[in-house]
Amino acid sequence: MLKFLLRRILIMIPQLFILSVLIFTLAKAMPGDALSGQLENAHADPKVIAEQRQKLGLDDPIQVQYIRWINHAIHGDLGMSYTHKIPVTDLIGERLWNTLLLAAATLIVSYAIAIPFGVASGRWTNSWLDKWVTCYTYFTYATPLFIFAILMMFLFSFELNLFPSGGSVDPQAVPGTLNYFISKFTHLVLPTLSGALLATSTTIQFLRNEVIDTKIQDFVATARSKGVPESKVYSRHILRNSFLPIAAFLGYDITGLIGGSVFVESIYSYPGLGQLFLDSIQQRDFTVVSALVMISGFAALLGTLLSDIILSAVDPRIRID
Amino acid sequence: MDRFQLLKLENLNTSFKIMNSYYPAVDNITMDVFPNEVLAIVGESGCGKSALALSIMGLHNKERSLIKGHIYFQGTDLLSLSVSQLNKIRGKDIGMIFQDPLTALNPLMRVGQQIEESMNYHTSFSKKEKREKTLHLLEQVGIPDPRLTYNQFPHELSGGMRQRVVIAIAIACEPALVIADEPTTALDVTIQAQIMELLKTLQKKSNTGIILITHDLGVVSEMADRVAVMYAGQIVELSAVEQLFNNPLHPYTRSLLNSIPSSSSDDDRLHVIQGIVPSLQNIPRSGCRFSPRIPWIDASHHEDHPVMHEVESNHWVRCSCYKHFYFPNEKVGEK
Ligand SMILES: Nc1ncnc2c1ncn2[C@@H]1O[C@H](COP(=O)(O)OP(=O)(O)OP(=O)(O)O)[C@@H](O)[C@H]1O
Ligand code: SF4
Ligand SMILES: [Mg+2]
Repeated sequence: MLKFLLRRILIMIPQLFILSVLIFTLAKAMPGDALSGQLENAHADPKVIAEQRQKLGLDDPIQVQYIRWINHAIHGDLGMSYTHKIPVTDLIGERLWNTLLLAAATLIVSYAIAIPFGVASGRWTNSWLDKWVTCYTYFTYATPLFIFAILMMFLFSFELNLFPSGGSVDPQAVPGTLNYFISKFTHLVLPTLSGALLATSTTIQFLRNEVIDTKIQDFVATARSKGVPESKVYSRHILRNSFLPIAAFLGYDITGLIGGSVFVESIYSYPGLGQLFLDSIQQRDFTVVSALVMISGFAALLGTLLSDIILSAVDPRIRID
Repeated sequence: MDRFQLLKLENLNTSFKIMNSYYPAVDNITMDVFPNEVLAIVGESGCGKSALALSIMGLHNKERSLIKGHIYFQGTDLLSLSVSQLNKIRGKDIGMIFQDPLTALNPLMRVGQQIEESMNYHTSFSKKEKREKTLHLLEQVGIPDPRLTYNQFPHELSGGMRQRVVIAIAIACEPALVIADEPTTALDVTIQAQIMELLKTLQKKSNTGIILITHDLGVVSEMADRVAVMYAGQIVELSAVEQLFNNPLHPYTRSLLNSIPSSSSDDDRLHVIQGIVPSLQNIPRSGCRFSPRIPWIDASHHEDHPVMHEVESNHWVRCSCYKHFYFPNEKVGEK
């Protein structure tokens, strides 16, 4: 196990290197640069522009720029945000926690809904429940996230006034108090539900198919031939086998949510990485964009590793050593 | 035979739903199994052997199948029981050995647990007793290192070892009846012989009744006391094993016997009926379902509703086939 981890982490180094080169090249190939994003006036004095470029090192040879960037990154310095004028690490810090919180909440809620419905739907195929669940999954599958999120916001925030429509916490609340905690929670409800409800559709369908495939396997007939009660046939035999592929996806899911809640965050103006990503692209704040892409790339690599570890933990046929 | 039947099938009819109609795969089967006997069921692929076995075990999907008739096991009609009532019998009084040991075991569960599972529901053994019994079973079925295997997962065992585990599961609660559905088809020849030997030893020791489903007539002659030959969902011949081998009557039985590679002379091989078992939807449902395979027999010999006749004591044959039948390249009246 330890050897496996070590090997996998070593493999990640060249992967990260390739990723960093790619990101760097892409950032450079984008029309405009940090400077043009910063300029308010398109007709600024060319002399001033040249001076600024010199200062920012934008005229240096490309490989020099790359090495400078990567060297700083390794030392935890992701550069200065051109627009916010603060270190990128500071900018990301607080937001990373917000995003992680939202991601964890979304993951938990979506699985808490998807698992019972997916299982029931696969167990009692063609029942009324199954038909309603299938209907629900088609509906949520076809609904675009941004429309759904706006609808949720309109209904539960503006109309019913149950939850706040934006931000991650009430600015008045003092950190550490119960009020702060409650405020964090109420701010989390709508973004979480918007993401989670739509995310359930694929998990439900996937789990339903897994259960349908598993319940006709020979070993299930063996279990029944032993006189195992039907509820135990499900809990001990069918479900454990149907959850395997879901467990394998969990790692990827976590990554996807960290990089991915761009829509939800920007609709609810939730200060997380997704929102920061969109803003930074609009402002051509490429130090921030590069850092964010690098982080989500890193998260993706961690996700695959996590998936492999989970799978080897739940499936005795897969041994890692 | 005035012994008390262990299992008594009466007009058993199992149909499968295909495109909203039901087609019988087991068609009006009536037969008995006695304690301490091995009843072999033989027949080509698709003739309904597994469908019959799964009907007895109550393992057919209720939404896609329809079972009629009676299955009396030790006097109780299994078809009248609820699933939870049936669960008190399955695994305890009837055990089943499945065809493919590679898929018959749960890949995520340790071998020991899988054997113990039926004891959880049918015995009041303590944890320790269950473990001891399981180790004993593993030893009985010829696992070389029971303590090791107890904690192994199925994928760590060879096919032959897995089939031994499957057998251990089936006999864990010392059932009165064991149904073995082609227990050795998935294994190579030397292992096949070992597994059959094992079944025979276990049967002798515990006086179990066994329904042995097989393609292999060699196995039948070694193991069986009686044989039922099935064709397209029906029994065409039913008799004691010696009678069947010495005096096969139904053309289908004769054809099966002639197709045994080892015992056939070149002459016999010519005397094999060509063709295959028709698929469920294509089985002729009126008149005889076997006549299309012997078109050279004069139409006047066929009966409209062929039924079983007892031609000698305990030797039943369907219809009058045997009286007029000859193989195409056989001289008429040779038999
Ligand atoms: N669940 C099912 N639904 C529909 N048709 C089925 C089902 N199970 C079996 N059949 C059909 O019933 C017929 C008998 O099948 P069965 O599996 O009992 O044959 P078998 O004699 O066991 O053959 P084999 O020697 O290949 O195991 C076949 O035509 C098969 O296609
Ligand atoms: S003789 Fe009877 S059993 Fe034989 S093919 Fe004709 S009708 Fe069928
Ligand atoms: Mg079969």
